[in-house]
Amino acid sequence: MIEVEHLTKRYGRTVAVDDLSFSVRPGRVTGFLGPNGAGKSTTMRMILGLDRPTSGAVRIDGKPYRELDRPLTRVGALLDAKWVHPNRSARAHLRWMARTNRLPNRRVDEVLETVGLSGVADRRAGGFSLGMSQRLGIAAALLGDPEILMFDEPVNGLDPEGILWIRQIMQRLASEGRTVLVSSHLLSEMAQTAEELVVIGRGKLIRQCGTAQFVDEASGATIRVRSPQVERLRGALHQQGIEVRDEVVDESPTLVVVGTSSERVGEIAAAQGVVLHELSIQRGSLEQAFLQLTNEAVEYHAHNGATTGNEGTDR
Amino acid sequence: MSAVNLISAESIKLFSTRSPWWCNLLAMALPVGFATAAVLSWPTDLPISVTEVQLGYQFGMMLVLVMAALAVTTEYRFGTMRTTFQAVPGRTPVLLAKTVLVAGVAGLVGLVAALGSLGVASLLHPVSELGLGTAHELRAVLGVAPVFVFSAVIAVAVGLLVRQSAGALAILLVWPMLVEPLVSVIPTVGEPVQQWMPFMAADHFLRGASSMIADPVLSPAASLAYFGVVAVGLLAVALVVARRRDA
Repeated sequence: MIEVEHLTKRYGRTVAVDDLSFSVRPGRVTGFLGPNGAGKSTTMRMILGLDRPTSGAVRIDGKPYRELDRPLTRVGALLDAKWVHPNRSARAHLRWMARTNRLPNRRVDEVLETVGLSGVADRRAGGFSLGMSQRLGIAAALLGDPEILMFDEPVNGLDPEGILWIRQIMQRLASEGRTVLVSSHLLSEMAQTAEELVVIGRGKLIRQCGTAQFVDEASGATIRVRSPQVERLRGALHQQGIEVRDEVVDESPTLVVVGTSSERVGEIAAAQGVVLHELSIQRGSLEQAFLQLTNEAVEYHAHNGATTGNEGTDR
Repeated sequence: MSAVNLISAESIKLFSTRSPWWCNLLAMALPVGFATAAVLSWPTDLPISVTEVQLGYQFGMMLVLVMAALAVTTEYRFGTMRTTFQAVPGRTPVLLAKTVLVAGVAGLVGLVAALGSLGVASLLHPVSELGLGTAHELRAVLGVAPVFVFSAVIAVAVGLLVRQSAGALAILLVWPMLVEPLVSVIPTVGEPVQQWMPFMAADHFLRGASSMIADPVLSPAASLAYFGVVAVGLLAVALVVARRRDA
């Protein structure tokens, strides 16, 4: 259980994290979602006691991180896969970590086995691919067999196979009853892995709720209809109790229909003899809807608006 | 979190990369090489003093400063300091463990370098009857070990404060090599101030009357104590800063 309470972090006049409160419960994957620069990594560093909050507190099973005895056995974290000395072998990296928390060397071999790095354990970590570095980071997080795990953007830059492997390992860890917190700037990624979401923007909490609920709200399938007889169509749809929104696309009046199928809209239009210029299902609106939600909370906007997908990386 | 485990973890770190090995090997080889050269260029019928033989300690000290500073700054460079603080969130115990290890290794290196220099010199120059008979000889030879220990402590402290290799090494090489020897150039205050420069004090401890200090206030033994106090004081400041700062 991670409890974040009124956490605030200021760097000079910039507020990176702003009165943030949320909790992460065991037995599920909790997604920590927000656009780049929203304060996810800063929050995670404060959870681990690496950065000092300006105000507020974080408790791990009721205690501040700094008061944990042998903390690697309580919380495992992968914040950055590149935090390894490039000239040190993977095994030596894990061995010094294990030693600090009085973990047996046997654990090092076990976690290397778990992540599939046994064969390259004695090679220098600097020569590892991103996928291998990520696996080493996960091995380090699992070293103390902790109840709580945190991963910061673990799938960034990975190939599909690597992404799938990370998703599976996170879900397995949660199904074992552990607390798993995973950050991402991609809602589509979180929709695949997380059961619950903590959504933040500009350091502020936007929403903590179930992923299904968030996705439903954010992306209720919409149908776009353009017609020269917009008024008649709207009346007809209203009569059927269908929700309609007005929009202007390319200077022509457009209806956005929510909560029905394109077939139904087409049939209603035909019955009324209404001419349609467009009848299309708006897919992939998940990211867009997410961006809309976090829009005011985005730190930097592209010049032509923020409606294109945010596919950048944090670094 | 027992001290033994933390020191053991730090020794895995120190000895699992190559550069500390090179630094330490060179820190032993250079003074011995210097002693060899000094003896070979000395007239064979004139006795050479132990101070002349041990002058190469300065090269060893430079390398020990580099080794100790890099033990800290590479951790900041590659982000492993964050992992370290994650594993030991109290920070001070693990930083002390690192200091103890690095300073201990530095002391051993100093001992080997000094005894090696003495050994080579007495083999090549039997006329001098070099040995460890007098207090002066004991200081000049065995004293290299504590000087290296405190030098390493200073380097760890500077590494913790500066957190990056280039800056830390610039300070650690320019300060003892250029700043301290040149302090005496300053009119009137220069000479009295110079003997309170830490590395000058260390040099006074090792070389006594042959050191650069014109009119010493402290005895050689007190000079070593002073050097130690400066090192430990600097480390204390660095530990407080490292504890407070965002990693």
